[in-house]
Amino acid sequence: MKRALILSLLFSVAAPIAAPMVAPVWAVQPGEMLSDPALEARARALSKELRCPVCQNENIDDSDAPIARDLRVLLRERLTAGDSDAEAVAYIVDRYGEFVLLNPPAEGSTLFLWLAGPAMLLAGGAVAFASLRARSRAPEAAVGLTAAEQARVAELTKNDA
Amino acid sequence: MIVELGHFCVILSLAVALVQSTLPLYGAQTRNPGLMALAAPAAIAQLLLVALSFGALTYAFVVSDFSLKLVVENSHTLKPMLYKISGVWGNHEGSLLLWVLILALFGASAALFGGNLPPQLKARVLAVQGMIGVAFLLFMLLTSNPFLRLEVPPLNGNDLNPLLQDPGLAFHPPFLYLGYVGLSMSFSFAVAALIEGRVDAAWGRWVRPWTLVSWVFLTIGIALGSWWAYYELGWGGFWFWDPVENASFMPWLIAAALLHSAIVVEKRESLKAWTILLAILAFGFSLVGTFIVRSGVITSVHAFANDPERGMFILLILGVFMGGALTLFAARAGAMEAKGVFSMVSRESALVANNLLLAVAAFVIFVGTIWPLVAELLLNRKLSVGEPFFNAAFSPFMTALAVLLPIGSILPWKRAQLGRTLRLVVPALILSAALGALVFAMQTGRTALGPVGVALGVWVVIGALFDLSQRTGRGGIADRLGRLARLPRADWGKATAHTGLGITIFAVCAMMSWKVEDIRVLQIGESYPLGAYDVTLQAVDRVQGPNYLSTMATMQVMRDGAEVAMLYPEKRFYPVAQMPTTEAAIDYGLWRDIYLVIGDPQDNGGWAVRSYVEPFANWLWAGAIIMALGGVLSLTDRRYRVAAGARRVPQGVPAE
Repeated sequence: MKRALILSLLFSVAAPIAAPMVAPVWAVQPGEMLSDPALEARARALSKELRCPVCQNENIDDSDAPIARDLRVLLRERLTAGDSDAEAVAYIVDRYGEFVLLNPPAEGSTLFLWLAGPAMLLAGGAVAFASLRARSRAPEAAVGLTAAEQARVAELTKNDA
Repeated sequence: MIVELGHFCVILSLAVALVQSTLPLYGAQTRNPGLMALAAPAAIAQLLLVALSFGALTYAFVVSDFSLKLVVENSHTLKPMLYKISGVWGNHEGSLLLWVLILALFGASAALFGGNLPPQLKARVLAVQGMIGVAFLLFMLLTSNPFLRLEVPPLNGNDLNPLLQDPGLAFHPPFLYLGYVGLSMSFSFAVAALIEGRVDAAWGRWVRPWTLVSWVFLTIGIALGSWWAYYELGWGGFWFWDPVENASFMPWLIAAALLHSAIVVEKRESLKAWTILLAILAFGFSLVGTFIVRSGVITSVHAFANDPERGMFILLILGVFMGGALTLFAARAGAMEAKGVFSMVSRESALVANNLLLAVAAFVIFVGTIWPLVAELLLNRKLSVGEPFFNAAFSPFMTALAVLLPIGSILPWKRAQLGRTLRLVVPALILSAALGALVFAMQTGRTALGPVGVALGVWVVIGALFDLSQRTGRGGIADRLGRLARLPRADWGKATAHTGLGITIFAVCAMMSWKVEDIRVLQIGESYPLGAYDVTLQAVDRVQGPNYLSTMATMQVMRDGAEVAMLYPEKRFYPVAQMPTTEAAIDYGLWRDIYLVIGDPQDNGGWAVRSYVEPFANWLWAGAIIMALGGVLSLTDRRYRVAAGARRVPQGVPAE
């Protein structure tokens, strides 16, 4: 929570602080960590993809908010209980909604989010390719006049004279 | 009294801006030289008036005039002078005045240094710049007036947020604003060209320096912000894909694209319509950024949930300027027929690819930033888009850009043979791939991101150096060195900026993949290994600072039995603002930073300690500074200094 607040101040220098500051107890506390390093590493990786529900764009791994701590502990409980990564995340999403996913799954309307970039690249690429090809062929196209154009030129020059 | 003068100057400058935005435009249309000539003095008058009001506000902060609401909310008599002054722009209203000041500064510089611009174009550019001034001055006076008084002034102020009391941060907003607002100049040139209905090489040459200046300032501003976040926030991170960060990154990407496409306009008289569109979009994105940051719509949980009136007003400004400019574009773009002919494989096409990738990258960030808002409004879904998405969705385009860059930058203009150019870069390709593979072999069981970063970084840097050596032609080493020294500054700028990009790419990948992290509880006197180092917590003391209380740890960093550094991470508490801060202690190094943070005392004794080894951290900011330096070098190129933009040159600079 703190980090997001500071960042807003940093990049916006927008407004005096409206929200009460949370004391900087930090993110992951040593006491929360699991003794099994492999399990802890999985927990850390997963917490980086889960959003703290009350924070501004901050994952639970970085967040100071009490609820983020609860989620970190919950996540570790699930992993210790033998959940797979997907099961542990699904368990939390069931209870807190898809809002907690920092990496929205590519399905349904969210597909648009994931496809927007590649789609634009393809569309832009196609337009660029078409116009570049037209461009590179332009001189050849401009070499001669069609018979109709010849006639029109003749007509115009006749009128001038 | 002085405050009222300042307030009056803002109102007067609005009147001047109204004149500047209308009469010269009418004069240009009716070819009335008197009306056209009004633009320059109006722009200068606007700068003087806004500068006076900015001075008045600064004065109020310096003497701590607590009858001003803004001073009460953001200052304190005991605050050091530097922060009293930086407090002027450390808030919404004051920063808006700074914004308008910079806007007027750009307008006045165009008036003063635009002597060789054709009078009609100059009048139109300044008129459009005046319109932006009108919009923002109205915005300030109607919704965010910095000169509001209080009926009952308090004895002292609420102090500036201690986190903002930092020298790095004092200069961060002005740089960022110089960049944001500088893009208004490119916008004004684009709209003026659309009104005029013509774009030629000279136009490209006029618009490029302004874009270059803004881009350089944006680069420095973003780098400063990122550096500050790194040393101040205590997480050792440098970029969080926060909406406010994205707000500054999108215009940077578009400005970078614009820089490159303006070269094609200048040298080859092609890509005119596209360049105009980019110039409009670049400023559009900086307005979108303003909206995101100041409206609080997207990041509304706290910090600046301002009144929605402001958001609506910015949206209105955005709608009017983008709507107007794009309508004009739709009507006139067809008239910008291209002159230069080039084949599919050419420098021009490579620059088109560069533009496409940069624009798509900016678009991806834009979609990701506003998607939560769209999903909530239209689909009634509350979802989040964060770091994992951006890393996955943004990086491929940057990777593609880095792969293409060294090839594209040495392709000949007009018509090139891909095979020939590719053969030239084979050694560079082999070298960078070999280095990447070597690094991959050396590291075990880590992400492939590091080796990829090494390969890409080396590839881009060698590509830039190779580009320079190509430009020296053939012959003996002495001849070539002589030619190297006489190369135009623009060539040096290009190579320097590309080198900076390569270094930045490498550093980003290195920091993301080789960072060492350690979190633990430490008793006093205890040691622990951190990467190749051993760290000992020697003591924790309470220290009284000038305006804060500190919990300061003394930590010794050893390597192979020899002391590397003594570090003193702190936790501070500022009583006036009732705010705690974390001061990480960093041992800066060429190859790595050692980054220590002291946390809370634990119930069962000992202290929580978080520590990092950040590999190549300094390379990241060095890379950004080198990029900016490249921009500056390019800006000092002879063609901008001497007879910049004489319309007589029919084809612009001859293609190399």
